[in-house]
Amino acid sequence: MTFINYASREINCKIVYYGPGLCGKTTNLQHIYDSTAPQAKGKLISLATETDRTLFFDFMPLELGTVRGFKTRFHLYTVPGQVYYDASRKLILKGVDGVVFVADSQEERMDANIESLHNLEENLQTQGYDLANIPYVLQLNKRDLPNVIPFEELSSELLKKGEPVFEAVAKDGTGVFDTLKAVAKQVLTELRKG
Amino acid sequence: MAETPIIIQEHQFQRIKSVLARLCVECAARAVFLVDRDGQPIAFHGEIGDMDTTSFSSLAAGNVAATTSMAQLIGEEVFPAVVHEGERESIYISVIGRSLLVVVFDERSTLGLVKIRTKRASHDVAMIIDEVARESEDYRLSQNSFFAEITDDDIDSLFT
Repeated sequence: MTFINYASREINCKIVYYGPGLCGKTTNLQHIYDSTAPQAKGKLISLATETDRTLFFDFMPLELGTVRGFKTRFHLYTVPGQVYYDASRKLILKGVDGVVFVADSQEERMDANIESLHNLEENLQTQGYDLANIPYVLQLNKRDLPNVIPFEELSSELLKKGEPVFEAVAKDGTGVFDTLKAVAKQVLTELRKG
Repeated sequence: MAETPIIIQEHQFQRIKSVLARLCVECAARAVFLVDRDGQPIAFHGEIGDMDTTSFSSLAAGNVAATTSMAQLIGEEVFPAVVHEGERESIYISVIGRSLLVVVFDERSTLGLVKIRTKRASHDVAMIIDEVARESEDYRLSQNSFFAEITDDDIDSLFT
């Protein structure tokens, strides 16, 4: 839920990165964190297991600048991807303003993508949202790997509503900011619509 | 938009700040925070120093979200308060509707005092937050010109 404070002249929005286990959600955040000037970001908080798998969520606040005198701050979250952390995923979707679905482009992860996308739709509904009405971007990650599904085929399988689609290699930053920009623009455009 | 935005007006923010300031003194706390249950920081008062208040708010909300789900698994609707006691610093979180009142205190105070004082402050905060929620929709509609004035160029300028 967008939070607007007229006293401190701030607009705060929440964006959640969703997707199957090991698809690169945390890597997206890590790249944004590493590429952003210190004054524009807070700490990157990772609630992870000992093997660096996301246990509850990753979080980083990102300040993008001012719109009409209001500071715009995006709170970026990831969810844990593994199937058995579903309770955590539901909690993190509370109050969401925009969603990025990070798909793993490898052939052998296709079923995991579809299952996770279905899970996203279900969990959004549980929280009273509809994927059709929420700012949403699809990112096809790991495009540098040899065994990836062709762009057209993967897009047609995962597209839900004509959302923007970006090819990405999150580990070197390719497509990461394009994805963020697309979802942030949608969130701010929704705010404008009222 | 997924939900109606929460819009805090200047006078409401100042009232929240004064409730937090009073609570901080009354329970000899190190710091007091008001946080939205979705993790957005609303206001704080006290010895903040270089504490990362944004991360603190997000983690407090995550903490309460997790314990609330645990409560429901054992047949409770919600745990109205969550306490973390450390060797020197402790945290008391009171759940007030969709907000969290978080008190950080040390050996200068006691859990009993914090609980008693927070109860009264919770009532005051709840009244203000209810007003904020009620008025957010009306205020947004009456001020819609501000949001409507945001142009594509304004949005694009954030990314250049």
